[in-house]
Order: sequence, then structure tokens, then C-alpha cells
Amino acid sequence: MIAHAVFFYIFSLIAIVSAVMVTVSKNTVHSVFFLILDFISISCLFIMIGAEFLGMIMLIVYVGAVAVLFLFVVMMLNVAEQKGQWFSSRWDGGTHIPVGLLVSLIIFFELIIVIGGWKYKPDLLNSLSINISTEVTNTRSIGNVLYTDYILLFQISGMILLVAMIGAIVLTFRERAGVKRQSYVKQISRERDEGVHLVEAEKNKGVKIDA
Amino acid sequence: MDSYFSILFTEVYKILFLLVPVLVSVAMIVWLDRRVWAFVQKRRGPNVVGPFGLFQSLADALKYIFKEIIIPASSNKLVFVLAPVVTMTLALISWAVIPFGEDFVLADINVGILYLFAVSSLGVYGIIMGGWASNSKYPFLGAIRSAAQMVSYEVSIGVIIINVLLCVGSLNLSDIVMAQQNIWFVIPLFPMFVIFFISALAETNRPPFDLPEAEAELVAGYQTEYSGMMYAMFWLGEYANILLMCAMGAVLFLGGWLSPIDIFPLNAIPGPFWLIFKILFLFILFALVKATVPRYRYDQLMKLGWKIFLPFSLFYVVLTSSFLLYFDLLPGK
Repeated sequence: MIAHAVFFYIFSLIAIVSAVMVTVSKNTVHSVFFLILDFISISCLFIMIGAEFLGMIMLIVYVGAVAVLFLFVVMMLNVAEQKGQWFSSRWDGGTHIPVGLLVSLIIFFELIIVIGGWKYKPDLLNSLSINISTEVTNTRSIGNVLYTDYILLFQISGMILLVAMIGAIVLTFRERAGVKRQSYVKQISRERDEGVHLVEAEKNKGVKIDA
Repeated sequence: MDSYFSILFTEVYKILFLLVPVLVSVAMIVWLDRRVWAFVQKRRGPNVVGPFGLFQSLADALKYIFKEIIIPASSNKLVFVLAPVVTMTLALISWAVIPFGEDFVLADINVGILYLFAVSSLGVYGIIMGGWASNSKYPFLGAIRSAAQMVSYEVSIGVIIINVLLCVGSLNLSDIVMAQQNIWFVIPLFPMFVIFFISALAETNRPPFDLPEAEAELVAGYQTEYSGMMYAMFWLGEYANILLMCAMGAVLFLGGWLSPIDIFPLNAIPGPFWLIFKILFLFILFALVKATVPRYRYDQLMKLGWKIFLPFSLFYVVLTSSFLLYFDLLPGK
């Protein structure tokens, strides 16, 4: 048990320190790396409480896909060296601080409401109609709940994600003119007769090839 | 506390018992790769150091150890040094869950296949970190290419894994092997095996998908600025990953440690040897592909991943699940 506690405190310390470092570090790419470290230590915590499925999914989805996109954006936009401009009043009139304060206040009150609500319901686990059995692996028990009691919510969230995805594609997709695309069918179905043209070239005018 | 230390020591002993053979076989597999490659192209390949050139990799390793490690002045030093370490570590930790026999596995965890998938999806960070920290154009372009490629092909590998899991009903790798006692999944899921093999080529940046290190365009991709032992670690990590992908293919589709038919001379051979044979078979296929096919163009690579493999494997998920449902073969009732 001692070893368990030691590992728990190590992982939580890493999680908290890296969460602080995400906001503190001046290099944006470093922030993303700290975010990844945070995700990894949190998934370690999930695994330590026996929720191995959630821990692995956390790793696959957040670290393996979401954070890679973060890194992509941060690296491509070249915002690596902001040098603390976010907090100086020179940059953009310093309007970020009040907005940031407002957002963090809202999140703070939301957290209070959530934790407060939790406090008044000490028998939350008993109040739901979920049987938590230790014999079934937690992958299976999540599936049992997700695909029976909450199937509607699950499907709706899937639909919302699909709409968001299509929306993002529609917003960013642009058909550019003059782009040559490869068409395998066209290439393969080319015959000798249509591939070779004999053209009588006019003097001083030449031939337009790409018609 | 005393028992805790004894557990710790036995675990360390087990880990060494696993890792040392893996590292030695990575060195040998590099030699095998070069020999197969040379064989196809009618060359001799490495044949000077030791019998049949077997010690070529050791000689190379010695050379790398004594070379100077150059850290570019304008690089991000910490990330630059961490990148090969991350690649190497991730390539090695995933071996923990590979089952070599019925009770012959370091960590028999319930979500083994998810662990493998998670670790292989983390593998992209070694490359991105190396490419970004080098602070140079070629490595950066190589890293971006590699990241996009690995993320795309992971998607299809994930869907292929779902196909296998539908037939097994468990995420445990030992269960996946035991579910293949009657028939290896390569037979009912043969198209998935082919797609898995090609996606594994792309995931490990092997030819014909070795665009991240396409030497004609990008010098050596994300490895350009690395030298000495740090380069060797990238290289070892890459080969350890290739071996791991072969092991994953063997466990998912070729029945892991099981013998092809359960009759006397075949089932007398211990399980680990069968797994090693299967890994070697897949690896030789990898090497043959490297020797024979030309490199893909980048847009063709992306098109193959997203527009062909992903829809086809999704379609196969529907096919497999409806087949299992119709004939009432779904596992885990």
C-alpha cells in the first residue's frame, strides 16, 4: 500500500506541476509538451484507481490524436516565442487579463457548484441503477452502461461530433481552380488512339497542348 | 517493505530477461534486413564481420558509440536530447504485453491491445520532438510529414483492431491468441491482414512509405541533425518498432504462440519459437517489400490511408459484426 501511495503522489505531483507549467512556460511548444505530460500522468492515475480502459482511451485520444493536432497548429503558426507578451499591456491593449479573469471566475463558480452538489449527495453511487461488480472487467461494465441505459445520449453525442466535423470541413474546404488531380481511371483507360494526336502546326502560332 | 523489494527485484530480473533478447534481436534483424535486401538485388550485403557478417550490427554500434554527438547550437537542447530517448523507450515498453506463451508474458493486462495501440500512437512524439528541436528546415518538414502519416494510418489500424476484437470479445492479448485455436484470424479476415500489413509499413515509416526520410527531398528527415549514439537510438527504436508491429500482426492474425495445426511434431515445438517464427516471417515480408517497391508520392499516401483503407476497413467492421450477429457467433455472451 505504501508503494501505491508513493506512486499516486508522484503522478499527482507531476500532473499538477505540468498543469502549472502549461500556463507559465513562455515557449508555446513547451506548453504543449507539458500538456502531454499532464495527460499522461492523469491517465496513469486512472490506471492506478483500476480504470484501465479510461486511462488507455485517454492516452489514445488525447495524447495520440488531440495533442498531435495542438502541436501541429502551434508549430505551423510559429507562435513559439511569445516571450510573455500575453500579460504585458503593450500587446493588444492588455484586454486579455479581464477576459481571462472573467472566464476563470466562471469556471471557478462552476466547479464550486459541481463539488457542492456532490457534497449533498454522498450516496451518488447508490442512487444510480448501476451495479458495480468487481468480477467484470471495466471495459465490459462501461459498455454495459453506455450501450443500454445511456444509448440515446451516446448516440446524440456521436451525432454532435459528426455535425461539428462536417461543419469544420465545410468551413475550411475551398475548391481551388487550376489544381491538377490524378485520376487513376483516366490514366488507365487511356488508349493509344486518344493518347497520340497528329496536329498540323500552323506557322508562327504553334499548338496549344493542354486543351 | 521487504517483500516489496523482493517483488521489485524479480520484476527487474524479468524485464531484463525480456529486454536483452529484444535488443540483441533488433541488432540481428538489422543484419537480416540488409541481407534480404542484398539478396533480392543480387548483391552480397554485409558479409565481412564475423560468420556471414553476423556481427556487422555490433561493429556499427561500436562505431556509433565512438562517434561525436553533435548538438546544434541553435537547437532546443533539452527536447533535442529527449527525442531519441522517447523513441527508444516507447519502442521497448510495448514489449511488456506481448504474450510469448500461455503464461509467458511480462504484464498480462486486461487492455493489452489498447496499451499497444496507445504506445504506438505515442511513438509519433519522438519524431516530432526531434524534428522540431533540431530547428532546421529538413528535419521539421520530415517530422510534419511523419506525424501526419502516422496519425492517418493509426486510424485504419484502430479499425482493423476492432475487427479482430469483434471476433474475440476481449482486449487481452492472451485471449486474442486463445480465440484463434480453431482458425487463425488471417483466414476469415484476410483483407484486414493485408491492410494491417500495409498500414504497419506506413506506421513504421518503412518503404514504400518512407517519405519522412526521403533522402532525395529531405536529406534524412527528422534525423538529419542527429549523430553518433543519438542517431543510433532513433535507428534502434525504429527497428524495435518494426519488430513490434510484426509481433502485433502475429498475435492478431497469425495465432501468436499457437502451432498451425495441433498435431504431434508441430505442437511439440514450444510456443515462443512459433511466435518468433511468425515474427521473422512477417519481418522478411517487410524486407522484401523494402527491396522491391518504389516510394509513394505524398498525396497518394494520404489518399490510400483516408480514402481507401479507412472506408474499406469500416465496411469490413459492418460486415464482420453482421456476420457474427446473423450466425449468432458473437463472443462474450
